[in-house]
Amino acid sequence: MAMSFEWPWQYRFPPFFTLQPNVDTRQKQLAAWCSLVLSFCRLHKQSSMTVMEAQESPLFNNVKLQRKLPVESIQVVLEELRKKGNLEWLDKSKSSFLIMWRRPEEWGKLIYQWVSRSGQNNSVFTLYELTSGEDTEDEEFHGLDEATLLRALQALQQEHKAEIITVSDGRGVKFF
Amino acid sequence: FLWTRGLLEIIQTPGNQQRGVRVYDGEEKIKFDAGTLLLNERNHECRMAISLSQTAFIEEQEAGIRKSAKIAVHLHLAPCNKEPGPFQSSKNSYIRLSFKEHGQTEFYRWENMPGRVRTVGILGIERKLKGKRKKTEKNISEAFEDLSKLMIKAKKMVEQGDIIEDETIRFKSYLLRALTRETYGSGTQYHMQLVKQLAGILKAPLEEWGGIMSLTEVYSQEMELLSPDLVHACKMLEELKLPRRLSVFDSGVMIIELQYHKEEEMLASVLEMILEKGSLTSEEFAKLVGMSVLLAKEGVLLAEKMGHLCRDDSVEGLRFYPNLFITQS
Repeated sequence: MAMSFEWPWQYRFPPFFTLQPNVDTRQKQLAAWCSLVLSFCRLHKQSSMTVMEAQESPLFNNVKLQRKLPVESIQVVLEELRKKGNLEWLDKSKSSFLIMWRRPEEWGKLIYQWVSRSGQNNSVFTLYELTSGEDTEDEEFHGLDEATLLRALQALQQEHKAEIITVSDGRGVKFF
Repeated sequence: FLWTRGLLEIIQTPGNQQRGVRVYDGEEKIKFDAGTLLLNERNHECRMAISLSQTAFIEEQEAGIRKSAKIAVHLHLAPCNKEPGPFQSSKNSYIRLSFKEHGQTEFYRWENMPGRVRTVGILGIERKLKGKRKKTEKNISEAFEDLSKLMIKAKKMVEQGDIIEDETIRFKSYLLRALTRETYGSGTQYHMQLVKQLAGILKAPLEEWGGIMSLTEVYSQEMELLSPDLVHACKMLEELKLPRRLSVFDSGVMIIELQYHKEEEMLASVLEMILEKGSLTSEEFAKLVGMSVLLAKEGVLLAEKMGHLCRDDSVEGLRFYPNLFITQS
């Protein structure tokens, strides 16, 4: 896990691990936490997590500083991410969540741009082709996890730019 | 003192009971808190009792901020046949009773009732104390009269268009409320309320003016509204230790100064210390500047509220840092 991840200055600042009572201060603090969670998950290619994992992860637990963000405060951070559209709870008991460093709508936009650019409107793709096919190797969405991809396509579906269909061995999508 | 069951109790006459009493041996607090103080003529069914014959005389000590009002009960020396009690003896000749929930006036009054057997010779002192109370009451009722005069004048000024009505509406309604009160209710407490409300009303315009407002500005053009009426009210403000004070300058101009200037000094001190040391707990800050921990804590919390500091709450304690969240963004 010890990749060359650049921790932000806040990570070494003890008050970062105490939820601030002053509203304006807290706003800044939470913004910094959200940013950190997203960049951490992006680098570690982590698209989902349980709350328990989060508590023990170096993300919320700075062993060197001897500070960890208490679980109630972690919940506050996660709620902020959910409000911003970067997080989705995977179960009713809120024990595990999907974390998307780009929001589904943003992914949808990127995918649709590629489809249009390569003149492949009205084509059908399997989900696998989109994320792991040769054609998409240079694209940002290459290697995207299925859960996030599905939500991206659902966003496009809402805009009538795509339709999720069933194909021979799973799901696919038709672009308009 | 006699031990009976661990509560200071001086019973019997109903209406002479007061809860929330703490006992002090001389100047020191002893272990008891929130005892019920009951006045007892006889001595049976007592818990911790002071026989009334032990009380030489009683002195009333007024409440201050954070200090409850107290009555010092000066005691005679214990008789030889005294039964065991929580203190065999004390170096002080008096105990103090702290009334956390007020009631000291009533208790004091009871003690002052005629017909009780008192030690001769202290009557003069008692008379003086009584006189002091009467004087305070007189001052208060005078100020009250002044305030009512003020209301009439304010009303007149509104009618003449000298003051914008909505600037004085709150003041008027406050004074109206004051005038419709029939009795003084619980005495000084009521008047404290009265003046506190006045202070509250003055706060907004005072803040707008940067904390300093000349009396002429407070009452705009009408010179007659100045001293002595408002001066009386302002003097009362100061006596009651509300967060504004009346300052007199050489030129004779008197201003109402918001006491938050003191707060600014406190804030500056907190910031200075924390920048110097990197981080501080309130105890550390208190020690550094030679201030009580309670006051230090208030100062630190104020600085946090104003956004100058942020907190680190861990098993190591509660520590405050400069608010880098704001400054480093």
